[in-house]
Amino acid sequence: MMTWLFNIFTIVMISFGALFFLAGTAGLLRFPDTLSRLHALTKADNLGLGLIILGLLPQIDWPFGALKLGLVWVLVLLTGSAASQIVGRKVHEEKNS
Amino acid sequence: MNSAPILFLTLAALIVVLAGFAVLGRRQFASVIGFVAFGLLLALVWMILSAPDVALTEAAVGGGVTGALLLGACARWRGYASDTQPSVSTRVVAAGLCAAVSAGLIVVVLSLPSPAPTLAPAARESLLATGMGNAVTAVLMAYRALDTMLEKVVLLLALVAVWSLGRDSSWGGRPDFSFPIEKNGPLIFLAKVLIPVGTLVGINLFWVGADKPGGAFAGGALIAAMGLLALFAGVLRPPSIGNFRLRFALVAGIVAFLLVGFLGFVWADDFLAYPHDMAKPIIVVIEVAMTLSIAFTLVMLVVGPAGRKS
Repeated sequence: MMTWLFNIFTIVMISFGALFFLAGTAGLLRFPDTLSRLHALTKADNLGLGLIILGLLPQIDWPFGALKLGLVWVLVLLTGSAASQIVGRKVHEEKNS
Repeated sequence: MNSAPILFLTLAALIVVLAGFAVLGRRQFASVIGFVAFGLLLALVWMILSAPDVALTEAAVGGGVTGALLLGACARWRGYASDTQPSVSTRVVAAGLCAAVSAGLIVVVLSLPSPAPTLAPAARESLLATGMGNAVTAVLMAYRALDTMLEKVVLLLALVAVWSLGRDSSWGGRPDFSFPIEKNGPLIFLAKVLIPVGTLVGINLFWVGADKPGGAFAGGALIAAMGLLALFAGVLRPPSIGNFRLRFALVAGIVAFLLVGFLGFVWADDFLAYPHDMAKPIIVVIEVAMTLSIAFTLVMLVVGPAGRKS
């Protein structure tokens, strides 16, 4: 019974995560300027990956596997936001000059 | 499991499209990004083929380090882009050679007997004697150690070739590698947080290589990436190429290999033979030296030849 519930949880969470990736990709392709494209991209990185990792948590060995997955998410958040900052500042500079 | 073939076919098609994008792209920068994505998807394919060791190396070297090298080349290329297009005949010859190599590979792969000949059972059988739990590492460090050593020599030769592109007057100097850095910018923050974590992961990758996927190349490449991040963020400056400690780090892997190789005559009657129950500790020593050398060589390859004397 418990495995059943866990599996449903996983499927739901990963589906939501995939949806965010899909929406993020659509935004990346369709949005008109760099800043709004960045906005779309971060949704995929942060929420999409976050939901997928949340969904994978019941399927992996505790505690180390789960910690590793969590670390992957935190590292992607970190690098993603830093890269967005760099791109965003560059856009800002070019607008002002 | 029924949807698996569709997934694989989609992945394969995507890889071919990315390869075409990287080769045919009009803009260098976009081509390089295509190439990096191509490497990452290829790593995914190796993962699906149950070859996690190859996948790790492909992701770290094919996607990461080669991507950084190509981006560096793009940056240096800027300014001479327009009049240095290769002539039509050069392009035809290059395309012909590439097509011939691809056709040869296709023929070879298609004519493999089924089931393909394999040494995997033999490699697994003597695993115990090497003290390794990962057959791939056993192949790299014990059965075919000579190949691995020569691979390091090739890497060093590549660096010598890059260094020889610098001017004579700047020989032994510091590579030109500086970017306009924002004080307290996001890159410096990233460097401060990511470098300790990444270095630890790199050391861990190298260490678990004995029993699990990983090893000196993947670990060394990750540590190199952290070194490059430090250089990009301006936290560190690249060392002068004449620096004695740098040069020692560059040759450490080969020196350790040669030393153990010749000691092989003393303790086991052959070049690069390991004494019976000491194989694992000796391999660990070589791998530590190799990881160090790989990390430094990759970083120095990206930062390029010496720019000015300092």
